[in-house]
Parts: sequence; structure tokens; C-alpha cells
Amino acid sequence: MTDPTAVTERATLLSVDDLVVEHRTPGRPLVRAVAGASLSVAEGEVVGLVGESGCGKSTLARAVCGLNPVTSGSITFGGHPVTPLGLRRRNPALSGIQMVFQDPYSSLNPRRRVGAQIADGLRTGRDTTSSPADLLERVGLPRDFAGRHPHEFSGGQRQRIAIARALAARPSLLIGDEPISALDASAQAQVARLMRDLAVSSGAGLLFISHDLSVVRLIADRIAVMYLGKIVEVGRTEEVWNDPRHPYTRALLGAIPAPDGAGVLPAELPGDVPDPAAPPPGCRFHPRCPVAMDVCREREPDFGPVACWLHEPA
Amino acid sequence: MKLPQAWRQPLAIVGGVVAVAWLVIAVAAPLLAPHDPLAQDLPRLAPPGPGHWFGTDQLGRDILSRVMYGARLSIPLTLLLVALSVLVGGLLGACAGYFGKWADETIMRFADLVFAFPTVILAMVVAAALGASLANAVLAVLVVAWPAYARVTRGLVLGVREREFVISGRLLGFSAWRSLRVDVLPNITGPILVLATLDIGTALLLLSGLSFLGLGAKPPSPEWGAMVASGVEVFDSWWVATFPGLAILTVVLAFNFLGDTLRDALDPRTARAIKERAL
Repeated sequence: MTDPTAVTERATLLSVDDLVVEHRTPGRPLVRAVAGASLSVAEGEVVGLVGESGCGKSTLARAVCGLNPVTSGSITFGGHPVTPLGLRRRNPALSGIQMVFQDPYSSLNPRRRVGAQIADGLRTGRDTTSSPADLLERVGLPRDFAGRHPHEFSGGQRQRIAIARALAARPSLLIGDEPISALDASAQAQVARLMRDLAVSSGAGLLFISHDLSVVRLIADRIAVMYLGKIVEVGRTEEVWNDPRHPYTRALLGAIPAPDGAGVLPAELPGDVPDPAAPPPGCRFHPRCPVAMDVCREREPDFGPVACWLHEPA
Repeated sequence: MKLPQAWRQPLAIVGGVVAVAWLVIAVAAPLLAPHDPLAQDLPRLAPPGPGHWFGTDQLGRDILSRVMYGARLSIPLTLLLVALSVLVGGLLGACAGYFGKWADETIMRFADLVFAFPTVILAMVVAAALGASLANAVLAVLVVAWPAYARVTRGLVLGVREREFVISGRLLGFSAWRSLRVDVLPNITGPILVLATLDIGTALLLLSGLSFLGLGAKPPSPEWGAMVASGVEVFDSWWVATFPGLAILTVVLAFNFLGDTLRDALDPRTARAIKERAL
């Protein structure tokens, strides 16, 4: 079976198969943050993963880095299974996955000069020719910032430094876990584009996680839409943007305000994301879906690329 | 030179001046002391007066000189003791917090075991078991003092180890030890430093308490706790016990003031309150 939306000419770099990640908290019900999600990223490809808060996109990203234990399913990176990161050193075969985190204020060690932190990345990437200042230059910062401490920088600058450190390790897959959501609007698109350009020019794949579809559209080759632990739609960016098929994707797109001066308020999606500890039966989206049918209440659509009974493959 | 706001407090200044004064006395005792602290050539139990401003004890030794020389024993030993407690307790607590699981269980249950006993009693038992000497008293206080550091360090490590820069380091292939040394420990030194400074007073009290009970310094060494103990035997001559007691009191208070100030200086929430009543 071939996935019509996969970029076939490039080799698969990361493949996530039917991944389930559960959060156990003593005394509270088991939460299935990721409930059978499948996703692939090809070499040099930029994939945007979007969804509301709490839909499990960050958990998915953390699992890909080995930061969350996997309940079932598999994650394979460049032919190696991704193993959980315990107390041992990370498997060097997996250091090709590097991550840029959400909070710029806790993503850098406040006690160390940024040059030293970028140098850690260079050591991981066995890069003996570049200097931390070169990396700073690549992310558009002055070379002499290497001698300064993180508290001297703004959120956007810190995020650039975090990107420089991740790139210094010469990753083949860069993951951005909502790397722009803590930045102000003017810096968001800049930083997102920077991440894309640097990943593409170094030949690395990029998995960019965001709740902001309008930014993801600018940088992604493909978009995956996640809802309550499942990928509900995957497709090329222009297809998803121009012709969204899953009702949830439509609702997400409808919620983007249009700066056309017409003063039309964005459509609102009624209801809240259900509790992932007790997902609704059948299709997970049916309680909020404007076009829900009987079959949606009974059976879960576990097919792709659009997990909706309206788009069941023949 | 301008002091930071948090240090422009009456208590901070008093604490700093007294602590520095005691350090000077400890260093320069041979120059400052009017008599040999061990020589028994003065009239016995002479009240304070010219020639012997703090009086003399029952063996005819000058108490002022003995108090000054006592600073050379008590202060370095107390500082050493606190440094060792920070080292032992901090290292064990950091391991417990970072490695978790059985390391956490083992180390923290030992800490709980020590916490279960009253501090002074446990220190007495250990000191008595090891034999009375000042070195053994230090060891005994160390045994009861490390768990406080272990507990605080463990809690701080737990708070920092999930921070994103620590995880980033692990993703870059840091070993657990490197992560602990480079990313975690430098970010928790502030609160531990405060605890250590506040603890100097307690450690001195405990150390001289053991000497007072005869479990620490041996006569004729001019240790403050032991001097208070000898003063108790001659209660009519108030000066024998009072002056070494005042020495302990001032050192403990000075370091408590310094510790409080340090805590306020490092804690942004109290820092604002200080600003309002700063000099």
C-alpha cells in the first residue's frame, strides 16, 4: 500500500507507527496523550504538526526524542529504533535528532555563556571546523554574543541561540516543539522561517509543531493535523490549506482571522477538546463535528490520509 | 563603594562587622592577646580589671587571651564542618534527586533515619562512641548535619532536572554526571549557600555544646564550650563562663544575620520588601 501524500522520491528519515503514549499519574485516570498516531518525515522534508493545546503534539515530539516512554507502536529514525533516554548517555545514532523547545527562558543554561553551550553542540556533531560564533552568524546574531550570558537576550534571540546549539550538532532531523509560540508576533514568522531555511540548507528534516496553522503554512512541505492523540489529516501544504477535507481541519482554518478589512469574525469551533482520559466512542471528533453521521458515533475511522468517514478510501 | 540594597540593612551591617571582627581576631590572636592562653601565672579567679580585662579562671589563666585563641579553634572548625556537610549532603542529595529510584530511596531513608533522632542526642552518641576529641566532635556533628543539605539539594535538583536546558544537554549526549555537574548543580548553588551560612551558627552551637559536655575539646585547649563548662564549676565568678558564652553568642548571631541577608538578597520576592525599608 502506498501513501499518496508521502513524498516518495526521498528516503524516509523518521517513521512513527501507530504510536501510543500514556501518562500515568498515581491516583488519576490513565491519560492516552497519543492514541495510535502514525507520521513520517523524509530526509530534508519540512512537516508541520498542528492541533489545539492538549492534543498530544508535544508528547509525540518528546517521544520521538526518547523523552517519553512508549506504550505501544514504534518510532524508527534512520533505521534505528528510538529508545527511551534513561540515565545512560544517549545512543550516538540518535543524536541526529535535536529539539528546540517552547520556552526560550528555560531552554538555555542561565549560568553558562552561550558560546560554551553552542560548543557542546559542535562537540556532539564532531564539528571541528566551525566555531560558536560561526553558528551565531548563521542564525543571524552578532558573533560577539558568544561571550555573553542568556539573561542578556530577548526571547527571540534566545530561541535563535537554541536553534544554533541544536544545529551545531549537525542533526538530520530537527524538531521544533512550539518554538515560536512564546515569541511576540513580529518574531514568530522570522524564527519559523529561519528554522526552515537552516534545516533545509543543511539537508535536515524538520518536524515543526505549532498550534498556528497560518505560520506552519509558510514553512511546511506537508501538514499533519492532530486531534486528541490522533493524526486526522495529512497532506501537502497547499492541498490542506486550499482544500481541507477533515471537518476538524476546516474548523481550524475557519478560526484563522482574515486581515482583509471586512471585519468578519473568524468562525468558532463549538465545544472543548474532550478529556483524553475518557475519549468519546467512535470518531473522536464527532461531538464537535458539524457533519457527524451515525457511523461516526459507533466506529473509529482508523485509516489515512484523512481519518473521516466522509473520506473513507475505496 | 556602594553596597547592594539588600546589604544596606542594620542587621546585615552588624552581622558583617562582627563576623569580620572575629575573623581578624582568629587570624591575629597571637598579636592581640595580652597573655599566653595556657600560662597559669596570674592570680586565680581575679575579676575583670586592668591587666586582665575579662578576669582570670581558676588556674590563673587570662580569659581574654583564651577567648581570642578560642576563635582560632572554633571558627575554622565550624567553617570546615559546614563545608563538609555541604559537600557530603549536597552530593548525596544531588544523586538522590538526579538518579532517583533506588539511589533516592537508599539515600533519603538514611537521611530520614538521622532526622528521626534529636540532633544533640545523636551527635552526643556518635561523639561518645568515637571518643572525646575535637576532630571526633566535628565528625559527630557532620553525621547529624548532612541530611538537611541532602534534602534541600534533592528538592532543588528535582526542580531543575526537567528544565529544558538540562534536557537539551542530555539530547546532545551529555552523560548523567556531566549533566549534573554542568547544567544542574550551578543552578542550585544560591539556596544551598544561604542554608550553609545560616547553618554556621547552629554548627558552632552544636560543636561547642559537645565540648561543653566534655565530648569535644580536651583541657587545656581554650575551646569556648569547654571554657563555659569550667565556668559552671565556679558559679560565683561570673566572668569565667560569661565571656566565652558571649563569644559563641556573637558569632552565632553574626552568621545568622548574614544568612538572613543573603537569603533576602537572593530571593526576589523579599527583595522588594527590603527596598521599602532599606536605609
